[in-house]
Amino acid sequence: MLDKKDILSTIEMIDQQHLDIRTITMGISLLSCADADPKKACDKIYDKITKYAEKLVKTGEDIESEFGIPIVNKRISVTPMALVAAASETDDYVQFAKAMDKAAKACGVNFIGGYSALVQKGMTKADEKLIRSIPEALATTDVVCSSVNIGSTRAGINMDAVKLMGSVVKQCADLTADEDGLGCSKLVIFCNAVEDNPFMAGAFHGVGEAERVINVGVSGPGVVYHALQSVKGQPLDVVAETIKKTAFRITRMGQLVAKEASQRLDTPFGIVDLSLAPTPAIGDSVARILEEMGLETCGTHGTTAALAMLNDAVKKGGVMASSSVGGLSGAFIPVSEDEGMIAAASKGTLCIDKLEAMTCVCSVGLDMIAVPGDTPASTISAIIADEAAIGMVNNKTTAARILLAPGKKLGDTIEIGGLFGSAPIMPVHTESSEDFINRGGRIPAPLQSLKN
Amino acid sequence: MNAIVTVVGKDKVGIIAAVCNRLASFNVNVLDLSQTILQGNFTMVMAVDISMATEKMKTISESLDELGKSMELSIRIQREEIFDAMHTI
Repeated sequence: MLDKKDILSTIEMIDQQHLDIRTITMGISLLSCADADPKKACDKIYDKITKYAEKLVKTGEDIESEFGIPIVNKRISVTPMALVAAASETDDYVQFAKAMDKAAKACGVNFIGGYSALVQKGMTKADEKLIRSIPEALATTDVVCSSVNIGSTRAGINMDAVKLMGSVVKQCADLTADEDGLGCSKLVIFCNAVEDNPFMAGAFHGVGEAERVINVGVSGPGVVYHALQSVKGQPLDVVAETIKKTAFRITRMGQLVAKEASQRLDTPFGIVDLSLAPTPAIGDSVARILEEMGLETCGTHGTTAALAMLNDAVKKGGVMASSSVGGLSGAFIPVSEDEGMIAAASKGTLCIDKLEAMTCVCSVGLDMIAVPGDTPASTISAIIADEAAIGMVNNKTTAARILLAPGKKLGDTIEIGGLFGSAPIMPVHTESSEDFINRGGRIPAPLQSLKN
Repeated sequence: MNAIVTVVGKDKVGIIAAVCNRLASFNVNVLDLSQTILQGNFTMVMAVDISMATEKMKTISESLDELGKSMELSIRIQREEIFDAMHTI
């Protein structure tokens, strides 16, 4: 029989330390749905999604009750919509978002990702139409998520797209002003976007992927935090070892659920994403892990070093536990979704500049940060460009999800609700970046040698 | 197919009897049972065979949950694989 202590420790992880499967995401290729008639294309999109993902939610719930492990989200990611919509003769791309929304609701999933465009080197007409339609698409749908890849290590950064995205973020906020700019929380701007990410809002089903696939994202900041309480005051290599062991356990559970889901849905298993994804719940925070390591408040000096170690140890522990690791895999630092980050930002210790430094060593980027409503579009573009540059040069995925809060200023807080949490407005530099952003063009791809 | 039943809560007369009776009503066979008082809490771990069970796991789980509530205990049943996966290589 299994060791009783082990059994009880698992129960405690689930009951008291918020151990859960954050998401089961089914990736579906919609390339076969392209049609010159947009209405036909939308019908095909709806039919294909509802056919493939019909049993996704039910299967997730069955696994949840049989294994006694919470599965928080069931989601769908689809082929970047700009590729599918390109064949249709229309300027109205919002109808594609609405088809996605309708299909997702019919399946009962929490979110559907893939209202996306990949424009790291240049924009097609379809890409541009899609990007310009994002604000309306996000304002008129409920569960559709959007992402745009504006840079990569191989292509450099498309600064025309960066410029455009600044104003898109602003419009997203304006169109959802009565909900504190909720639209912004569903839009991620990537550099080096990955094709198999199960996490929202940045999930899409890449063109190199199979017809359909199951990707699973695990979570467990609370479990890591709890494990570190048993090694108080010990050297950091002991801390790293403890994190590794914990990550191994969490990922093994993710792997088991992924395999089970893939079998029951008769869908190939894609990857397990080894991410520490926090929630606003007390005891489920990445910031509190860093503080447990000995920092008074997350964001103070030493935070980047602590986070680098945490991120690396999570990967090392997780890699051996899964047959296939992918997605974003690392510690997430979304400010509004992390109780400790919210506290540190409210205190003023955690600022955007420090977060930017932190994103150099972890997944994913400037995520869910709220900025004053009067921030100019060019400043938002400049923040996006900074973040993309970090990803481009360091050969890693970075992203920006900036919550522009209409009418809000420093000292205010926006409430987004649910897993998205709440975010204190963080200060941005008021000096202009406008002339830099207005230049447009491209930042050439960086040299891959002579690294310093 | 095996599952693990865990019972945690305040000790009182008749816990094992009640849990075993409930499991028997679903034709679930008890394979192994270990029980102690841990930090003042009644703690029991059972390995059971659910392959001949008359009901689905979900129904059994809900029934045990309801029994747990009436006795002020936390009772859960989970497939054995999850513990195997997390604690053995």
